[in-house]
Amino acid sequence: MEYKFEAWRGFEHGTWVKEVNVRSFIRHNYTPYDGDDEFLEDATQDTQALWAQVSELSKKEIEAGGVLEMDTDIISTIVSHGPGYLDKDKEKIVGFQTDKPFKRAFQPYGGIRTAEKAVLGRGLSVDPKIKEFFTVHRKTHNAGVFDVYTPEMRACRSSHIITGLPDAYGRGRIIGDYRRVALYGVDRLIEEKLEQKETTRSAMYSHVIREREELAEQIRALIQLKEMALSYGFDISKPANDTKEAIQWLYFGYLAAIKEQNGAAMSLGRTSTFLDIYSERDLKEGRYTERELQEMVDHFIMKLRLVKFARTSEYNALFSGDPQWVTEAIGGVAIDGRHMVTKMSYRYLHTLKNLGPSPEPNLTVLWSVNLPVNFKRYCAKVSIESSSIQYENDDLMRFTHGDDYAIACCVSSMRIGKEMQFFGARANLAKCLLYAINGGIDEISHKQVGPEFKPITSEYLDYDEVMKKFDAMMRWLAEVYVNTLNVIHYMHDKYCYEKIQMALHDKHVTRWFATGIAGLSVVADSLSAIKYAKVKVIRDENGLAVDYEVEGDFPKYGNDDDRVDSIASDIVHQFMEHIRKNHTYRDSIPTTSILTITSNVVYGKATGATPDGRKAGEAFAPGANPMHRRDTHGAIASLASVSKLPFKDAQDGISNTFSIIPGALGKEDRIFAGDIDVDIDCAGGSCFSPTLFESLDIDE
Amino acid sequence: MKGRIHSTESFGTVDGPGVRFVVFMQGCPLRCIYCHNPDTWKMGDGEEVLAEEIIAQFKKNRSFYSNGGITVTGGEPLLQIDFVTKLFAMAKAENIHTCLDTSGITFCEDDPRFDELMAYTDLVMLDIKHIDKDAHKQLTGSGNDRIIAFARYLNDINKSLWIRHVVIPGYTDKEEDLYKLGKFIGTLSNVKALDVLPYHTLGVSKYRELGMKYRLEGVEPMSKDGALQAKKIILAGYREKKSEI
Repeated sequence: MEYKFEAWRGFEHGTWVKEVNVRSFIRHNYTPYDGDDEFLEDATQDTQALWAQVSELSKKEIEAGGVLEMDTDIISTIVSHGPGYLDKDKEKIVGFQTDKPFKRAFQPYGGIRTAEKAVLGRGLSVDPKIKEFFTVHRKTHNAGVFDVYTPEMRACRSSHIITGLPDAYGRGRIIGDYRRVALYGVDRLIEEKLEQKETTRSAMYSHVIREREELAEQIRALIQLKEMALSYGFDISKPANDTKEAIQWLYFGYLAAIKEQNGAAMSLGRTSTFLDIYSERDLKEGRYTERELQEMVDHFIMKLRLVKFARTSEYNALFSGDPQWVTEAIGGVAIDGRHMVTKMSYRYLHTLKNLGPSPEPNLTVLWSVNLPVNFKRYCAKVSIESSSIQYENDDLMRFTHGDDYAIACCVSSMRIGKEMQFFGARANLAKCLLYAINGGIDEISHKQVGPEFKPITSEYLDYDEVMKKFDAMMRWLAEVYVNTLNVIHYMHDKYCYEKIQMALHDKHVTRWFATGIAGLSVVADSLSAIKYAKVKVIRDENGLAVDYEVEGDFPKYGNDDDRVDSIASDIVHQFMEHIRKNHTYRDSIPTTSILTITSNVVYGKATGATPDGRKAGEAFAPGANPMHRRDTHGAIASLASVSKLPFKDAQDGISNTFSIIPGALGKEDRIFAGDIDVDIDCAGGSCFSPTLFESLDIDE
Repeated sequence: MKGRIHSTESFGTVDGPGVRFVVFMQGCPLRCIYCHNPDTWKMGDGEEVLAEEIIAQFKKNRSFYSNGGITVTGGEPLLQIDFVTKLFAMAKAENIHTCLDTSGITFCEDDPRFDELMAYTDLVMLDIKHIDKDAHKQLTGSGNDRIIAFARYLNDINKSLWIRHVVIPGYTDKEEDLYKLGKFIGTLSNVKALDVLPYHTLGVSKYRELGMKYRLEGVEPMSKDGALQAKKIILAGYREKKSEI
């Protein structure tokens, strides 16, 4: 069935007209931009005033110990609150999670205890009726999980060999295709879902029943979405008519999601190039000026900076702060070879100037060698000024996910509206290695957590013996880990289903089962030490290995040395193969990631001394990073080690947290090196040539 | 042939154009009072490596260096001129951009090895520490005759040259010296860039670790603006000379 709307005037038609297909719309209509940043406009007075108001509130929030206000008697839903504003007359884009900014909602469906803890942590208490309701009458995700956990799963959980499990809060990592709201209007999306419901299989197998129930939930959520928008005075049943509406419609979709879910990562998607199609049309029609467009973007991004969740202090400790992971993917290259940088990509990044640097939203440039050079330069400039851009390898991810994927959390790539993931914390491989040595006994609690395999009893560790035992222990760990996640995601679907986010997905969704690894570089270096140096085991009075003495030097991961880098790659592959042997919930496809960004500190704390010479409790390196100070040959050698890790076995992402002092990235502000300005006013004949080089180009 | 190196840096961004593989040679005859790599002074320290090993290491990650190449610095690379020549010859055979970062202190016009090395060198970065001979001696322990001669030699063979100059408060920031330096640079026609660096104190901790006295104790780092100002003065001298020519 073909739909025609006035809101679609001037757009080139394609498949997207006949079916919900945002990618098709983008392909047919976007305008790649090769120019520079000259066109960008600064913050308007209204923007400055609003931001001053936000800064003041932020200050107050910090003074109040991290939370300004928190609901204790309203259960957050898409329609639980009336409209909230900073300053209604000034805001071009509106909408808050509750009825005012900086007020955190109460979201108990993930787990009443976690939700309550967040409240108690602020010296408040939860309305007793609500507490009773969620402990006696209505089960939460958390309660469901603990009904099913086996003793072994619980032991693994409390010993931290599996850690960071999303079993007490929202799992997050699902990205609704919020653009659909703008392009099609909600009515069309409801129609689509009704049709999907009508066309399910008729024999009522349990998965068909579940599908029909979920579709019913999705439809209800879409109706609520309209209702919520209406409370702000917007009828979003029809497609957005211009840029302002498109941003607003899209944001309402996202807002509904964060009202419904307090997820571990609530990412936005890939919206800039989509929105650029509207702004190009508006510029052509003379509807809005560049200044007005930038103002809308500034206000939109401002809203994304104000996404707030009630969280426990433990949660914040694990993630070193209060992150939301409002990740937005920018740029990249299309399958047809055109780059996807648009003026809107610049406008998004320009908010880092207009509103100042910020970690949220997590603006992520999908980097490709084929991005236009002006954009690369601009990114470098903004990075230098704000340190707020994340970069990810589009050339690598496009191969698997095409050209309309986005990033959930920090590195998890998924096709928008077509793929979702079951987020799954991490297996602590460093601890697993210690279990292999100690026959499944935890080196800290001294409890038998793993299977009672024969421990290693020799004074010095033998590489082949350790590898054999480690492999067996990884196999055990992979099994208990995957099964734990199966429980978690079954219960999350059952008690804390992401209604609105899944309403903004296709009917048939590919699900990734995202496991994770912590402590990779510790394991690689430990095995390298065992292989290339001598590692003596220090045992306590019970014969438990509690410390290690390394005699001699050994190759360390992070120096582009194949002897140890190959160990790291092999471990990733082996572990992933063990993961793959297990049944995964809802036919999901197993992947793994190596991406602890901050929780490496907490994981290290829970892990005893390791054979690489790392002391008990010492932090792991983040993600796939080499251990701190062990990479001694500079950044490229370090990156080269990381880049040898097999992406096909760690498809959910490999992160390398990389700090460098600005001066080491080339001469600051290009004042000192190869200054080309001298050319211009140089008297006489021969002169300083215009530089024969770029200060920095990280192209391949 | 083996060279004695202090270390390598796989991600050099300030030692020549683009991203570069930087080889720090061991050993230096100068004793610059503000040197930030005193651990490269002593001959005989460091480790021995083959030129082939360095080329192999570079080639492994060649894609990172598309706009860059190899820079040999130190220490003073010219102390191991035969090794550097071998390394650069191999690099040129692989079409790798080569850059020599040197003080020029060992230059000798009659030594044909310089011609050979220059045949394989794409760019020289020459650090002129002071234009005044006596002040140079105070600063480094040696006069600057050979350095100036080396610059002229590079001009004669038309070898691409970047001039570096570090501005140290109270030592190398006098206006007349800077102007004079600029005028000297103005006599050269092979200079492609001028790199005026503000003095920093990042190397001080190394002296402590090595149990050595740091002779510039108490001298404040130079500001960016100060270095920029110094550059302007050098350029004024440069233009003055160019307009005379």
